[in-house]
Amino acid sequence: MTQPGSAYFLSDRRDVEETHTLSVLVDNEPGVLARVIGLFSGRGYNIESLTVSETEHEKHLSRITIVTTGTPMVLEQIRHQLGRLVPVHRVTDLTHEGAPLERELALVKVKGTGEARVEALRMADAFRAQVIDATTEHFTFEITGRSAKIEQFVSLMQPLGLVEVARTGVAALCRGAKAM
Amino acid sequence: MKREMTGAEMVIQALADHGVEHIFGYPGGAVLPIYDELFQQEKVKHILVRHEQGAGHAAEGYARSTGKPGVVLVTSGPGATNMVTALTDALMDSIPLVCITGQVPTQLIGNDAFQECDTVGITRPCTKHNWLVRNVNDLARIIHEAFYVATSGRPGPVVVDVPKDVQFATGTYTPPPTSGKSSYKGYVPQLKGNMAAIRTAVEMMAKAKKPVFYTGGGVVNSGPEACHLLRELVRMTGYPITSTLMGLGAYPGSDKQWLGMLGMHGTYEANLAMHDCDVMVCVGARFDDRITGRIDAFSPGSKKIHIDIDPSSINKNVHVDLPIIGDVGHVLEDILRVWRDTQPIPDKAALKKWWGRIEEWREKDCLKYRPNEDVIMPQYAIQRLYEATKKRDTYITTEVGQHQMWAAQFYRFEEPKRWMTSGGLGTMGYGLPAAMGVQVAHPKSLVIDIAGDASVLMTMQEISTAVQYRLPIKIFILNNQYMGMVRQWQQLLHGNRLSESYMESMPDFVKLAEAYGATGIRCQKPGELDAAIDKMITTDGPVIFDCRVANLANCFPMIPSGEPHNHMLLGEDADDEDAIGSAIGEEGKALV
Ligand SMILES: Cc1ncc(C[n+]2csc(CCOP(=O)(O)OP(=O)(O)O)c2C)c(N)n1
Repeated sequence: MTQPGSAYFLSDRRDVEETHTLSVLVDNEPGVLARVIGLFSGRGYNIESLTVSETEHEKHLSRITIVTTGTPMVLEQIRHQLGRLVPVHRVTDLTHEGAPLERELALVKVKGTGEARVEALRMADAFRAQVIDATTEHFTFEITGRSAKIEQFVSLMQPLGLVEVARTGVAALCRGAKAM
Repeated sequence: MKREMTGAEMVIQALADHGVEHIFGYPGGAVLPIYDELFQQEKVKHILVRHEQGAGHAAEGYARSTGKPGVVLVTSGPGATNMVTALTDALMDSIPLVCITGQVPTQLIGNDAFQECDTVGITRPCTKHNWLVRNVNDLARIIHEAFYVATSGRPGPVVVDVPKDVQFATGTYTPPPTSGKSSYKGYVPQLKGNMAAIRTAVEMMAKAKKPVFYTGGGVVNSGPEACHLLRELVRMTGYPITSTLMGLGAYPGSDKQWLGMLGMHGTYEANLAMHDCDVMVCVGARFDDRITGRIDAFSPGSKKIHIDIDPSSINKNVHVDLPIIGDVGHVLEDILRVWRDTQPIPDKAALKKWWGRIEEWREKDCLKYRPNEDVIMPQYAIQRLYEATKKRDTYITTEVGQHQMWAAQFYRFEEPKRWMTSGGLGTMGYGLPAAMGVQVAHPKSLVIDIAGDASVLMTMQEISTAVQYRLPIKIFILNNQYMGMVRQWQQLLHGNRLSESYMESMPDFVKLAEAYGATGIRCQKPGELDAAIDKMITTDGPVIFDCRVANLANCFPMIPSGEPHNHMLLGEDADDEDAIGSAIGEEGKALV
């Protein structure tokens, strides 16, 4: 017999978890990011990736892009809970609307000499990563692409002397001519 | 008209412009400029409490009994943190509160200044929205916005944090906007329901063979008109109706279509009707765990219609077949119109059968208890209180525990806004200050806090406030010498090991009342109860009534945690030790 931890999800729902990308337009006022993050931690939702930046300066609008996982019921809840926040203008589940355009940028620092160094450069070329800093001891690559591509590149760099990685998180828009 | 004034003046001016007559509060360094303005005017009256939590609950009682927002003024740091319980309580029960907090001067924010705390950070998860005002020229706009957000859509508490330098600074005051809209473009509560969905709802309701209305606090929040429309709809359809704790009074408790409250301590007939129905019409309620019991066995055979103003309430706990997002009043109006226009013909024979089933369940008489000639049974005490006060202009508040559930079961509410209780958060200590708030709003009415001996001590100091402002509240304590509800759970779940649920050193409540300058009354015998209640009602000024009741009475019916609606424990099972010992399964023990 399963042992549920709380009254709220008593039935063991067999719904499959899905990963979705949400785009959230918000008034750019102090604390708005804290509200969004607090909502996720307070209600036990997952954040896989979160990016935020002002996108329309005159209108004081920012766009927050969140990649999250959950059952369809939880994903619907997340959308409505975000919509309930007063400074939130619009919430769109981009994944629900159809395969969104998603890109991430990463900076990847690799240290090495000899064959490993040559191999790292060769791989970078294959992944269209650019060298943005280099010494005789290291390269720092800039790579953009879907998260899976970045993950693949990073794991290839692992045995070649990976030092550290910084990732921006996902920026996403829906396809086609219209706004969300 | 725009005018130059200080931030502190603006606060008072804005309150006056929003028609605020009473505020509840407690002064301190960071709000002194506002208190100074308060002193120099007559429009807004201030009630000085004894603890900020009391101000919060008083404002909740004020708001719930009037439909107007409750307003609170407290200082920074401890003043603000003491408000957290009341704010959370108001958030859970959708009560409109506007709380103004003082803050250390802007240049000191972040420096761990004296009595500094991150008020907007701490209250972010327990408010509908909050603001830190950094510029005096934003102050008026933000306060107007705060009133709008608190009272529109699904109501809730808001906090406006005002640093002391902003209170002293001079700026331009702008009056409240006449448009009644928010400057937040994304904040547009949806009032009208989707007409296609409403037509489908009428069809589903008309075809039902075993329908039930399941209503909640949303009906009361929507206003008197919504309650009126609900009554019309229920009478027109002839369908049975039950309600949550928060919704009591929206439909008259003495009506024959009324099944009583549902949920964990709801009636047998209400819970079985929910379990067996084929069409459930949920109006302004939110399927919370106290209502549904075991969620995968909740009303398995029904189609569910859910009317709610908050889209996040839809499909949160229970999947519904037909959501209608909108204000209860607006949606009910449309449902009634469509029903009248289409004149559907309900299945009379099926309904007759359904009512027959319900009558059988009613015959169980699930609220019955064994009367006692020597000891006052708590249920009896509520019944006598009800009989003595039902013809009067009475408001009831409660604390949290068994007494609260007995009050909900045995006191009949005929009108909305007469019943204030902490439903979502279950805050012991709510009832006494809430009664104060109700009494401030309704000075001539009879306001009674049905209390437990443990709960009432959590905010007992507010009796001092009641005495100061001559608020004749009556604190009717069902004194069982235990944290009764805790003891009941320990009996059901934990082998009757009464860990810390007995209060060894209860105060002498009569002397305590006298120490505060109030009246104390004690009653120990059933035969003396009516006269004692009468004395309580006719006494001028606040009264603490120490009603000594049977110590070990349990509150039934009860749906044990983790069980479905049709596995209810009734009072008659209470003698059967085995039934009680095995009532809660392994899964249920992990639940709250
Ligand atoms: C602030 C707070 N602390 C703890 C609880 C947990 N709790 C629920 S009911 C209860 C006992 C209440 O006892 P009493 O006020 O005497 O009422 P009774 O159940 O005896 O009627 C407790 C401790 C609570 N609801 N609120």
